[in-house]
Amino acid sequence: MARVVLDHVTKRFGDVTAVDDLCLEVEDREFLVLLGPSGCGKSTALRMIAGLESLTDGRIAIGDRVVNDVEPKDRDIAMVFQSYALYPHMSVARNIEFPLRSRKVPEDERTPLVQEAARALGLTDLLDRKPAQLSGGQRQRVALARAIVRRPAAFLMDEPLSNLDAKLRVQTRAELIELQRRLDATVIYVTHDQVEAMTMGHRIAIMNDGVLQQVGPPQDVYERPANLFVARFIGAPPMNTIQGSVVVEGGETLLATPGGRIAVPDAFGAAARRSSTGEIVVGVRPEHLEVDPSGPIEARVAVIESLGHERHVVCRIGDEPLVIVRQAADEPRPAEGSSVRLRAEVEGIHLFDAVTGVRLEAPA
Amino acid sequence: MATEVSRGITVSEADRRAAQRRAVRRRIGNVARYTLLTVLAVIVLFPIYITIVNSLLTPSQIAARPPVLFPTDPAWGAYADAWNQGSMSRYLVNSVIVTTLIVAGQIVTATLAAYAFAFLEFPLKRTLFIVFLATLMVPFEVTIITNLTTVVNLGWYNTYAGLAVPFLATGFGAFLLRQAFLGVPGDLRDAAALDGYGHLRFMVRVAVPLARPAMAALAVFSFLGAWNQYLWPLIVTKDARYRTLQIGLRQLRATSIDQVNVTFAGVVIAALPLLILLVIFQKQLVRGLTAGAVKG
Amino acid sequence: MTAVRFWNRRRREAGLGYLMLVPSLLVFSVFVFYPFLRNFYLGFFRTPPFPGLPQRYVGFDQYREILTSSAFSNSMRVTIVFALLTVPTGIILGLVLAMLANQQLRGIGWYRTIFSSTVATSVAVASVIFGTLLNPQVGLLPWLGISTTPSILENPKYALLAVAVTTIWQNLGLSFIVMSSGLQAIPDEIIEASEVDGAGPVPRFLRVTLPLLSPTVFFAVVVGSIVAFQSFGQIDLLTQGGPLQKTNVLTYAIYTALRGEQNEGKAAVLSVALFLVTLVLTIAQMRILERRVHYGD
Repeated sequence: MARVVLDHVTKRFGDVTAVDDLCLEVEDREFLVLLGPSGCGKSTALRMIAGLESLTDGRIAIGDRVVNDVEPKDRDIAMVFQSYALYPHMSVARNIEFPLRSRKVPEDERTPLVQEAARALGLTDLLDRKPAQLSGGQRQRVALARAIVRRPAAFLMDEPLSNLDAKLRVQTRAELIELQRRLDATVIYVTHDQVEAMTMGHRIAIMNDGVLQQVGPPQDVYERPANLFVARFIGAPPMNTIQGSVVVEGGETLLATPGGRIAVPDAFGAAARRSSTGEIVVGVRPEHLEVDPSGPIEARVAVIESLGHERHVVCRIGDEPLVIVRQAADEPRPAEGSSVRLRAEVEGIHLFDAVTGVRLEAPA
Repeated sequence: MATEVSRGITVSEADRRAAQRRAVRRRIGNVARYTLLTVLAVIVLFPIYITIVNSLLTPSQIAARPPVLFPTDPAWGAYADAWNQGSMSRYLVNSVIVTTLIVAGQIVTATLAAYAFAFLEFPLKRTLFIVFLATLMVPFEVTIITNLTTVVNLGWYNTYAGLAVPFLATGFGAFLLRQAFLGVPGDLRDAAALDGYGHLRFMVRVAVPLARPAMAALAVFSFLGAWNQYLWPLIVTKDARYRTLQIGLRQLRATSIDQVNVTFAGVVIAALPLLILLVIFQKQLVRGLTAGAVKG
Repeated sequence: MTAVRFWNRRRREAGLGYLMLVPSLLVFSVFVFYPFLRNFYLGFFRTPPFPGLPQRYVGFDQYREILTSSAFSNSMRVTIVFALLTVPTGIILGLVLAMLANQQLRGIGWYRTIFSSTVATSVAVASVIFGTLLNPQVGLLPWLGISTTPSILENPKYALLAVAVTTIWQNLGLSFIVMSSGLQAIPDEIIEASEVDGAGPVPRFLRVTLPLLSPTVFFAVVVGSIVAFQSFGQIDLLTQGGPLQKTNVLTYAIYTALRGEQNEGKAAVLSVALFLVTLVLTIAQMRILERRVHYGD
């Protein structure tokens, strides 16, 4: 097993910069998730680590070796593709065996390794089948078996669950985590699904437009998003964001929003002053808002979405975009179209620079 | 000696030298690839190139050794000779007429038949479809004896009708378009029926436009087949009035034995229309040529 | 909707269906099935040596006579050798060019266009070009140090080979296009997976690319053989079946019987033979090759 280092890595396709000056260190035995919307450069980054894409600039190291000029087959990595990329003309056993055969592992050593990998993924009874005779979930497991059979230094996975149905995806997610822990493997996992990222990664690296936005453990990223993009991308439903400003009146620091003013600690004033233009965006996650008749913010209920165990009260504050309030199912249900007052937990309020999107915090 | 790259990552001297070696090898590999590609390209193109060069030389220049590979003083007279005395202009017109008739005819008959097979229900449909496919098993060469008699009896010997009518239907085309029509969502037929579309209007306004890629593929396929025909036009024409380009070329070569440059000019004239179409319709052409290679 | 109206509609639909098939069926009946079946019938009659005399029914005599003649077995042999010379070579060359042009290199589009360029040549164009270039007076072979006495096309040893080379060149563009599209149909991810899995270029080609390309190759073999068995134009333009019948393929023999000898009966027997040979060949290839072909899911 080994760590993987991306050192100022850039990839340009003609005029398009797919990955821009990416610096990232993946620790040995770490499960790192590269997360971002489609086209953000995460797959390109992964393909550069695999050696399927050359670097325009920068360096990539696997273990202690710079691999820029190393062929994919000599990088000691295994990759699981989105489409699984199973060899359709080979049986399951042959597919799993392929990386060993390619590396001229003697046959008597190959067989037990294939058996072991097949057992680890519950494929023992399917070894003679062709990929076309397998279900989506089974194919996915064959792709995984083919990846683990050689015990590579690192696993690269490109949206490996996106072709599975929702139920199977949840189950396979857990199996993948278990597999990673058992193999003590370094995994770099690309996905656009923030739930996968939150549940699977030791750390998440979020990318947008080719630029790394934030790296950190899932809880950190969730609780302290580095900018507006991360704030809105992580969390379902996403963080509510509205324009606002911080004012000081009679020695009291107030957060002014279109729906009313909220009393906040003085530190907010210091944070807001760091904004480049003075304009700020206020962010609050739905679970940090509540319907409270004595709350400071005035809003009108637009729609109520009931999910069974909880409900989302979708409100409009002034002319701003919709704001979602998360409510437990046993709380009183406001009527659609009625006016309500909202209260925000002060600890759950985030401030961002309205122009740069960067998170604003009071100096420590 | 080692160089610091990033925190804790170092490049050893050996690794660096290996990387340099790989870079050199890659550059050599690229040079080798381009050399190979270029050599092969020259071999493939050479016959065409020498044809064009020779069409611009005089017969004595063509016979010169070593051969002239670059015409320094191109003579265009051979083209005029091939075009006028050699009747290539007439042959070209004939080929265009016959090919147009065949392509248009095949598209119409194949569309009608394919629509019936894809969208209509009638007794014996399966059997009739097999009959269509069975025509693919009969090489045209084995039908010429009786077809010649038939065409003569119909008074079509040495006419456009004689050249075109035997090819106005195509089992392959009907099959290709049927597959395309089967890809048209059934919901569309139902929706159109609710809007009061009958079968003919649905075919013209919905099914045919949706099957355009297959239509284009069939058009290319029929075009090449019709344009390149040799055996049938050879036996069913007798003079320049109806001879097509391919047969015209045969005639031109026979009549201009002392003027090889005219033969070469005729070849260029005969090849040019397809060459131009190849450049313009490369994508459709590829699809038409590979239409038969469908999986399964 | 009442049952009567429903059945009326069914009948209308059936009527329309038949109507749409009529144009095709008419052409097929007159110009495919009738002449095809009539061959078998014509084979039973001996064509008189002079036009105007009545045809004579001879039963299977004429079939037996022609199909056991040395001329026929020569034609069969020539046709098969011609197919063996042209089909595998054409496919392999097309595949080599397609593999070479399937790389991501600057300017590769130009090479692709050049490699496909011979699809713009017809059999006649290719034959006239090669026929002229192989001509001892104006051709380039003597200059290249290749003896042309007797001229290549009149040399029993090389005539068929020359016709084959012409044919291979003319079909190279098509072969390249078909093989390229087959290669492009292989998902990139599978090739990339084999790269990551450690397969070098040669094993990758043998174990991954070629098996996945097998349907295309199969198609090319079957169609290519049929086309080869029906080759006519290049023979007519280059050798007229000679020298010493060494290039007298089956189709050319039919043509000579029909136009030269004016012998419909003989031409009919040869046509029946050509049909049967093509049929057997196609079925045999389907049986033997198809089992080795991998079709994806």
